[in-house]
Amino acid sequence: MDSSSLIVQFGQQLINGISLGSIYALIALGYTMIYGIIRLINFAHGDIYMVGAYAGFFATTMFKFSFIPALIFSMAAAGVIGMVIERVAYRPLRNAPKIAILITAIGVSLFLEYGGMLLVSPQPRTFPVLFESEVYNIGGMVINSQQVVILVVSLLLMVILTYVVNKTKMGKAMRAVSFDTEAAQLMGIDVDKVISFTFGIGSALAAAAGVLVGIYYNSIDPLMGIMPGLKAFVAAVLGGIGSLPGAMLGGTILGIIEALVSGFWSSTFRDAVAFAILIIILLWKPAGLLGKNIREKV
Amino acid sequence: MAMLKVDDINVYYGAIHALKGISVEVNQGEIVTLIGANGAGKSTTLRTISGLLKPKTGQIMFEGKNIAGMAAQNIVKLGISQVPEGRRVFAHMSVLENLDLGAYLRSDTKEIKADMDMVFGRFPRLAERRGQLAGTLSGGEQQMLAMGRALMSRPRILLLDEPSMGLAPLLVKEIFSIVKDINETGTTILLVEQNAHMALSIANKAYVLETGRVILSGDAKELAASEEIRKAYLGG
Ligand SMILES: Nc1ncnc2c1ncn2[C@@H]1O[C@H](COP(=O)(O)OP(=O)(O)OP(=O)(O)O)[C@@H](O)[C@H]1O
Ligand SMILES: [Mg+2]
Repeated sequence: MDSSSLIVQFGQQLINGISLGSIYALIALGYTMIYGIIRLINFAHGDIYMVGAYAGFFATTMFKFSFIPALIFSMAAAGVIGMVIERVAYRPLRNAPKIAILITAIGVSLFLEYGGMLLVSPQPRTFPVLFESEVYNIGGMVINSQQVVILVVSLLLMVILTYVVNKTKMGKAMRAVSFDTEAAQLMGIDVDKVISFTFGIGSALAAAAGVLVGIYYNSIDPLMGIMPGLKAFVAAVLGGIGSLPGAMLGGTILGIIEALVSGFWSSTFRDAVAFAILIIILLWKPAGLLGKNIREKV
Repeated sequence: MAMLKVDDINVYYGAIHALKGISVEVNQGEIVTLIGANGAGKSTTLRTISGLLKPKTGQIMFEGKNIAGMAAQNIVKLGISQVPEGRRVFAHMSVLENLDLGAYLRSDTKEIKADMDMVFGRFPRLAERRGQLAGTLSGGEQQMLAMGRALMSRPRILLLDEPSMGLAPLLVKEIFSIVKDINETGTTILLVEQNAHMALSIANKAYVLETGRVILSGDAKELAASEEIRKAYLGG
């Protein structure tokens, strides 16, 4: 390989990596927000992404929605489901030992996976084509319209989220609750409502990722959330759990590493290398790239 | 009728019986202080009034309404605001954002702005640092911010938990004179203090707590003069 084709190849993997990474980032945001607000690793979060993909699937196949309405429908449906899960499964355990709620999260995850199989069958489904696939060629690198849509939608959602968290009253309340729940209560903040809202937003973002993946890979199934869920969790930890920019950065980095390893070496080693690099980064920066040493809750 | 009447409350942390039948009365316009040694139950009393803890038995009447067991945000809505022990400012937010959060339940933008100016008037050091992150303020400035933040909800009664903790003597004096001033402009005050001497000097009434019980109560001036209090809490 001469050097110019090496650069093209590198650029190509960068494009692939950023598309994949923005999916991880969308899922990682929910992990990090939920962890930030109730210090829970929500193991069911990857399954919410699967639920979102199916909501998008049924919106387009049964209701004949086009892309944007299907995306909004899926985000809304998953948002509501996320809020219901919090209300029914997690809220009653809020003052219980941490391990109880963690195990419940695993239970919810299994419930969604196997309940999903029962409801929609374990068979993978072909996600409908929602728009003409076009391929653009930029100096030897190719980028297809799906990747463009993934990038635009993820970026837009991240900008909206950042605005909501930093500028709105609800966002301020979310930051206050995640920093010090009791102090937030003393301000008159309804903590239950804020936690519920956080689950809603986090789940909606995961659902968007689910729809985008459906469009990208064309295939969805009830267990599709397990691996991306795990990776997005790692991405959140890598970026610094609790940090929104950290989740975005962690997701993108993970996507890029994976793409580079599969492009230049072998996709067999993709996950192994990706995780090894993550371990090294965490040894070097245990709080994650953008993580602060957050005060543990008592 | 007392504005706030804590009536024989029992509060537990799991198996620990922290408050064993505490009763406290605060009349409108007063400064009432709770004093007592470490672990006596002073903070627990304030936290229960604010709704962070629920009493197992007993009542807490605020302006004729039983607020025991009510959600914390509704208690703030009724006009009870607390400056917690250790200040608990939102360290990663600016002074302005902290004050905004104090006004969380309000939507009268103009009045909020006016109250913010009032807080800055009372605490000029906060005005100079309005854009600074609260976590980078000095201890005294954080105390002022926590008090300003609590005032932003326009409380009818302000609960203060050890506002003088960890401050230099000069600053303690300043904080106490501000407390007195806040009271004179119409806010009733329930003050928890380790610094019994200072607390008794500005309070109308005092309660002395020991291991979850009120062991003495009465007029602050009389208690300050009593032999028992002088020995136990005022260093002779
Ligand atoms: N979160 C908790 N869990 C268990 N026990 C607690 C908790 N908080 C307080 N206690 C116990 O309740 C009792 C009263 O504590 P509290 O904090 O109300 O005392 P205090 O009078 O405010 O003391 P200090 O002057 O040190 O602040 C103590 O015995 C304390 O150990
Ligand atoms: Mg205390």
